[in-house]
Amino acid sequence: MRDAEFFRRWMVAAAAAVEREADRLTELDSPIGDADHGSNLLRGFTAVIAALETEPTAATPGAVLQLSGRTLIGTVGGASGPLYGTLLRRTGKALGESAEVSDAELREALSQGVAAVAQLGGAAPGDKTMLDALVPGVAALGTSYRAAGNASQDGALATVPMRARKGRASYLGERSIGHQDPGATSSALLLGTLADVAEPAGAR
Amino acid sequence: MVGIVLVSHSARVAEAVAELARELAAGGPVAPLAAAGGTAVGGLGTSAERILTAAREVDRGAGVALLADLGSSVLTVKALLMEDELPPGSLLLDAPFVEGAVAAVVTASTGAPLAAVAASAADAYTYRKV
Repeated sequence: MRDAEFFRRWMVAAAAAVEREADRLTELDSPIGDADHGSNLLRGFTAVIAALETEPTAATPGAVLQLSGRTLIGTVGGASGPLYGTLLRRTGKALGESAEVSDAELREALSQGVAAVAQLGGAAPGDKTMLDALVPGVAALGTSYRAAGNASQDGALATVPMRARKGRASYLGERSIGHQDPGATSSALLLGTLADVAEPAGAR
Repeated sequence: MVGIVLVSHSARVAEAVAELARELAAGGPVAPLAAAGGTAVGGLGTSAERILTAAREVDRGAGVALLADLGSSVLTVKALLMEDELPPGSLLLDAPFVEGAVAAVVTASTGAPLAAVAASAADAYTYRKV
């Protein structure tokens, strides 16, 4: 079973990964986006950590994720804010008010979160968006957290030959081909950090 | 009257379109209108906080029509609607930004209900220029 502390650790690990990879995310966002994905997410996740520290009242898994999602929507400033914000918030909502959730409940809640992202952005897998990492990642959760991390990583790599059909990159048409999608890359980071906290190396 | 919120990536775009719409609707009472452009720190982008503040400011109880320009502007309004954080009766208009703003403000200023404001803004899509 996973408690609120587990989800706090996930958010801390995600923030650290975003900080570590911020430059790379921004670099990926330069040829096909507006070169702010890393800095936007860094601002958002820094605010998430601050919010979790100042609001110890977020004492359930659902509350931790909802607070994190709300904070991302409020602070990111770019499209990744409402998209990641909705992912975490909807996942948190689906977890309800239980003090602890099972891995199966988390899997089901995450798939609701991913469905909400698809609905919000009107995108589908193949459109070269974060869904190309999230959808295979969450599908692989049935196997293990590590499998989910790996599948989302593969999904992000698979966006390279795709032509963008959503967001600013879609205006570039053919020129969006050949670049890895920054949103899919950060989504793979998020699921990778979930694997890191759920199945730490040596503790499997 | 229905309140209108204009959400743009740019504070200057939001304010300028608000000014244009307000001028074109003038001649009687003009519907409450607020611009929510740019990020909280004055950069290009979207501020959820500015949108919420603007929506509360123009809410007279008859509904709030929000019009957004691109990407994160649209997604942030949709995310706030999904969370029920905007005033009751808030609606994202499906309309082009400038033309939709003029249509929405002119229509709202006649005292028309939210559905009519939304229909009038959406109708701006049918105006072909060539």
